[in-house]
Amino acid sequence: MQYDVVFSGFGGQGVLYAGQLLAYAAMDHGLHVTWMPSYGPEMRGGTANCTVIVSDEDIGSPLVTHPTNVIALNNPSVDKYEPLVAQGGLLIYNASLTSRTLTRPDIRGIPIHASEAAAELGNLRLLNMIMMGALLQLADAIVPIEVVEIALERHMATRHAELLALNRSALRRGMALANFAGAVA
Amino acid sequence: MAIELLKGNEAIAEAAVRAGVDAYFGYPITPQTELLEYMAKRMPELGRVFLQAESELGAINMVYGAACAGKRAMTSSSSPGVSLMQEGLSYIAAAEVPVVLVDVMRGGPGLGNIAPSQSDYFQMVKSAGHGDFKPIVLAPASVQEAVDIMDLAFDLADKYRTIVTVLLDGTIGQMMEPAELPPMKPRRTAAPGWALTGAADRSKNMILPFRLQVDDLEAYNLQLQQKLALIAHSEVRYHEQMVDDAELIVVGFGTAGRIAQTAVRLARRQGIKAGLFRPITLWPFPERRLSQLADDARGFLVVEMNAGQMVEDVRLAVGGQAPVKFLGRMGGSLPMPDDILAAIVKLDQASTRAQPDAPCTIEGPSMPLKHFVSVN
Repeated sequence: MQYDVVFSGFGGQGVLYAGQLLAYAAMDHGLHVTWMPSYGPEMRGGTANCTVIVSDEDIGSPLVTHPTNVIALNNPSVDKYEPLVAQGGLLIYNASLTSRTLTRPDIRGIPIHASEAAAELGNLRLLNMIMMGALLQLADAIVPIEVVEIALERHMATRHAELLALNRSALRRGMALANFAGAVA
Repeated sequence: MAIELLKGNEAIAEAAVRAGVDAYFGYPITPQTELLEYMAKRMPELGRVFLQAESELGAINMVYGAACAGKRAMTSSSSPGVSLMQEGLSYIAAAEVPVVLVDVMRGGPGLGNIAPSQSDYFQMVKSAGHGDFKPIVLAPASVQEAVDIMDLAFDLADKYRTIVTVLLDGTIGQMMEPAELPPMKPRRTAAPGWALTGAADRSKNMILPFRLQVDDLEAYNLQLQQKLALIAHSEVRYHEQMVDDAELIVVGFGTAGRIAQTAVRLARRQGIKAGLFRPITLWPFPERRLSQLADDARGFLVVEMNAGQMVEDVRLAVGGQAPVKFLGRMGGSLPMPDDILAAIVKLDQASTRAQPDAPCTIEGPSMPLKHFVSVN
C-alpha cells in the first residue's frame, strides 16, 4: 500500500520539517519512504512544499500529480492544492490563515484553526505539529502516532530537546481538533 | 551500519569521503550545492582538502592537478558549470588521470532553470569534451544507489585511469531517502607509480595532454580507444525488473527510470506484460542486453526528462527489431506514472511484432543488426 502526503505553506512554517518527521517515522517503522522538497524559485519568498511517499514496497515516483493527502498551512497553499487533490482525497487546511471555504464537494476538507491552537500552547511554531497530529488522526493508516512521537524524540535536534514535550502536546492537540472537525465534516 | 534518512547530495558527499577522496574542488551551483557545502565542513574535519575555486574552470584544473599527483580527487557541478569544465575534462582524458565528476543536471539550454532534467545525456555520454574520448557515466536512481556508486566510481577511475561521471538530476540530489552508508575506507597511502610525486629517487614520470607529432598522437589515440573498448566490454551495468516474460520493455535511466518502474507495475496490474530496463552505466551503454531483449519484445518505450537522447542509443541497440517509442518531459517537469502508463497502453495496442523480412515501417533505424558493431 502506498500513501502520499503534500505539506505546503509559507517558508518558516515548518513544512519541510513536518514532512521529514513523517519520513523518519516511516523509516523507523520499516517502510519505504521518499521526501522530496520543492527547491525551485517558489521557495524564495512564496510557498514551500514537500511530498512524502510512504510505501511497503520500493517507491518509483517521488512526486504525485494528484495527492491523496494535503496539509495546507496558508491560503496560497489551499488555492494551489484544492484543485489538485485526488478525488476522495483529504485536504487539511489551516483555517486560521485561510480566508475562504473549499468549493470541491468530492474531497474531504478539514479546517483546523491551527495558528490559534499553537498560540494557546504558547508557541506559534507548533503549527506544523498541530497539523501533523490532525493528519495522523484522519489518515492513521500511514504510521501510528506512537511511531511519530518516538521519531520526534529520536531525530529532533538536541538543541531543541526541551521542546519535545510541547511538540508532543501539539501533536495530541492536532489529533483532538481533527477528531472534532472530522466528526463535523 | 545503520539505515539513515539521507539527502541525495549530502549522501553522495559522505559516500565519496568514505570511498577515500583526498581532495574536493568545486564551485557552487544549484541543485548540487549541498554536496559542496557538506564537503566544506567535512573534508577539513578529516584533514583532507576542500577548496572552493574561483570558477568551474579553476575547480576542474585543480582536480586535474591533484589527480596528477596521485590523489583521489573529485568535483561536482550542474549543467552550465559542467559546460565550463569541458576543456579541463578533455585535458584530463588525454592525460589519463583518474577523476570523479558528479553532475546533478538541471534544465537547459543556457542558464535554463534549477529544476531536475536529464538534458545533458548527450553532453556527458557522447563525449565530455573535445577529442575522441568517453568518460564512464554512472546513473543512480535512488539515494542508496548513489551512495553505492560513489565507491565504484573511484575504483573505476583508478582502475582505468579515466574520468567517471556520476550523472543524476536535481530530484535525486534534493530527495531524502533511507540509505545505508558504507564503512570508512582507509585512504590510499602510496601514490600510484605513474603519479607526479617528485622524482628525486626514481626516473621521472610524464603526464601529457598533447602529442604534437601526427604519428605519436594517432598511436596514442589507438591506445586510448583500446582502453575504452576494454571498458565497454567489462563494465556494463543495468537493472531489470519483470523483463523475463515482458512483451513491452520500458527503458529509462535515473529518475525517469524509477518513475517508469511505478508505471510498469500499474501496467502489470492491468494485465499488460511490461518490464523495466534501467541502464546504470550510460557509457558503456548496455546495448548487447537490449539487443537480446529485442529478440522477444514486441515494443520498447523510452522515458526521459529531455527531448529524446538516450532513445537514440536504444534504437541502435534494438536495431529495428521492434518499435521504439519515446515519452519525454522537459524544462524541469517529471514524466508521471499515469502518463507513462498511458504510453504503455498505447504501445500495447499498437505494436505487433515486425516480421523478420517485412518492409520496415516502424520507428528507429532499419539497419540490420549484423551491421551494428557491438563492443560489449
